[in-house]
Amino acid sequence: MTALLTTSPSATAPPSPRRRGGGILRAVLRNRKALIGLVIFGVFTVLAAVPQLFTSVTEPNKLAFPPALPPSAEHWLGTTSLGQDIWAQLVYGTRQSLVIALVAGFFATVLSVLVGISAAYLGGLADDVFSMIINIFLIIPTFPLIIILATYAGKGTTTVVLVVLVVTGWSYGANQLRAQALSLRNRDFLESARVRGERRSYIILAEMLPTMTSLIVANFLGAALYSVLTAAGLQFLGLGDPNSISWGTMLYWSQNQQALQSGMPLWSIAPGLCVALLGVSFALLNYAFDEIGNPALRPVRRRRAAA
Amino acid sequence: MRYVLRRLGFFVLTLWAALTINFFIPRFMPGSPLQALRARTFNKLSPAALEEMLTSFGYKPHENVGVQYLDYLGHMFTGNWGVSIGSALGEPITKIVGQALPWTLGLVGVATVLAFLAGSVIGVLAGWRRGGTLDSILPSVFVVTSALPYFWVGLLLILFFSVWTGGWLPSDFNYDSSVQPGFTPEFILDVLRHAILPGLTIFITAVGGWVLTMRNNMITTLAEDYIRMGRAKGLTNRKIMYQYAARNAFLPNLSGFAMSLGFVISGAILVEYVFNYPGLGYLLYNAVQNTDYPLMQVLFMLFTVAVLVSVLLCDFATAWLDPRSRAKG
Repeated sequence: MTALLTTSPSATAPPSPRRRGGGILRAVLRNRKALIGLVIFGVFTVLAAVPQLFTSVTEPNKLAFPPALPPSAEHWLGTTSLGQDIWAQLVYGTRQSLVIALVAGFFATVLSVLVGISAAYLGGLADDVFSMIINIFLIIPTFPLIIILATYAGKGTTTVVLVVLVVTGWSYGANQLRAQALSLRNRDFLESARVRGERRSYIILAEMLPTMTSLIVANFLGAALYSVLTAAGLQFLGLGDPNSISWGTMLYWSQNQQALQSGMPLWSIAPGLCVALLGVSFALLNYAFDEIGNPALRPVRRRRAAA
Repeated sequence: MRYVLRRLGFFVLTLWAALTINFFIPRFMPGSPLQALRARTFNKLSPAALEEMLTSFGYKPHENVGVQYLDYLGHMFTGNWGVSIGSALGEPITKIVGQALPWTLGLVGVATVLAFLAGSVIGVLAGWRRGGTLDSILPSVFVVTSALPYFWVGLLLILFFSVWTGGWLPSDFNYDSSVQPGFTPEFILDVLRHAILPGLTIFITAVGGWVLTMRNNMITTLAEDYIRMGRAKGLTNRKIMYQYAARNAFLPNLSGFAMSLGFVISGAILVEYVFNYPGLGYLLYNAVQNTDYPLMQVLFMLFTVAVLVSVLLCDFATAWLDPRSRAKG
C-alpha cells in the first residue's frame, strides 16, 4: 500500500497498474460480444437513472388512460387493458429490475468469495465442511425452494425476493472460486508472503484476491444473470409485490389479463424482451470475460483459417 | 468402489439436509400453516378432522420438535404423505402427485435429454472445426438463447404458433378434452401436439448451455498430448474426434448435466405454468396459490430426490466411463 502511494505522485512515468487497467478496457472494447453487452447495459442504466427523460407519464401505474389502445404516437406501445401506458411502465420498471440484479448479484458474489476462499485457504476440516455446504446448496433445486420461501415469508416484498436470491445464488460461484483458490494455494508468491510473515488477512486480501479478479467479475455477472431471470420468474408467478413497477410485475398483470389472447401482445412481449436483453447483456459480458481471461477460447482470426 | 460409496454417502447427506430444510421452513417462517389451514377450511371441516389432517401432515404442535421431526422423516420415506389442504381438499397427496408425475417426466425429461444430446453433438462439431463457419456464429447465438427467460420464449411461441396462426398448435393443457384418453393413435397424436410448444421452449433455452460447455471442453481436450499422439500415429480424423477428443470432453458435461437439473426444474415450473400443463411444476404453482403446505413439502422433496438420483446416476456413469475417477478413490 505504501509503495503504491510513493510511486503514484511521479506523474512522468505512468504506474503499471494503470496501464493494466487500460489493457482490460481495450480488450473489452475490442471484443465484439463485450461491446454489445456493455452498450445494452449502458442503455438500461440510463433508463433506470433518469426515467422521466423518456416519457411524459409520471405515475406509470395510475389507470390514467383509455384501456387497450393500440400503439400510437401518444402511447408508443399502446395501453394495458387496465389503462396504463405500456412504454412508461417499461421505462420506469427498468430501475427495480436492474437494482435487484445488481444488488443480489453483488451480495451473492461477496458470499461466494467469503465461503469459497476461506474454504480453500483454511483447508482441512473447515474445507470439508464448507465444500459440503456448497455442494448441498448446488444440488438442492433452488427455484421450488424460492417459491416456497417466498410464500411462507409473505408474498409481496422486494426485500424477501432479494434475500432469497442471495441465499440461493451464491453456491455456484463459491465452488468455482474455491477451486481456483486451491490451485493458487501453493504458488510461490503466496509462499513468499507467508515467509515474509504477512498476516493471513493480508495474504488473502492483497495477494490472493487480485489474482482472482477476472473470475470474481465473471461470477458477479453470472449471479446477476441468475437474479434477473429468477426475479422476473418469481414476479411473473405473482410472488413479487403486485403494486411495484418492474418488468416482472408487468408480465404478471399481462398474464393475469390474458394479454396475448386479447390482442395486446406488446404488453407481455415488451417487458419479456427487456428481461431477455438485460440477461443477454450479462451473459455476453460474462462470456467475453471468459474469452479475455482464457485466450484459448477466443475466436480464431480469419487469416489463420485462410492459410 | 470407494468412489461409489462416497457418492452414496453424499446422496444420503444431501437428501437429509433437504428434508430438514423442508421440515424447518414452515416452523421458522411467519404465518403458520395452522392459521392458513384454519382460514381455508373455515366451516368446511370439524376441528377433529382438522386435527387429524394436521397429524398426518406431521404437524403436532403439542409434541416436542424432536419427535415431530423423526415422525416427519419416517412419513416421507414410507410414502405416508398426508392429504392436500388445497383445492382438492382431503385428497391423498400420493394420488395428486401420481397423476401429475408422468406428464412432467414425459415432457420435461424428454425435452431436457434431447437438448443435452443435441447440444453436446453441436458443441463437438463447433469445437472440432475451430474458426469454421459453425464456430464463428454458434457461440454468440447460443450465449443469447441461454440467457432468455423460459417463460418469455414460451409466450413468444404461443404468440407465433397459436395466437397469430389461429390455433395452429395448442397453447395449453396436455390433451384436448374431446379426445378419449387411451392407447389410441388419436390420443397419442393429440398428446404429442400439445407437447410441441412447451417441449420446444425447454429445448431452445436449454440447448445453448450444452453447446457452449461442450465446445469449451472440446477445445481444452484437443490441446492434450494424446490427441497429438493420435495424429502422429496417423489415426483418421473421425477416430480422433469421436473416440479420443469427444469422449474425454464429454465427461465434465455429464456431471454438469446432473447438476443443472435443478435449473431445468425451475424452468419447467414456469413453462408448465405458461402452458397450463398439468405436471408437477403446475401443481407446485397451485399449491402455492392455495397455501397447500403438505403438497408443497412433498413436491420440494420430490424435486430434490429427482436431482439427487440423476446426480447419482451420472456419478455411476462417470465411474464406469472414466477409470481415473475409480482410481482416485
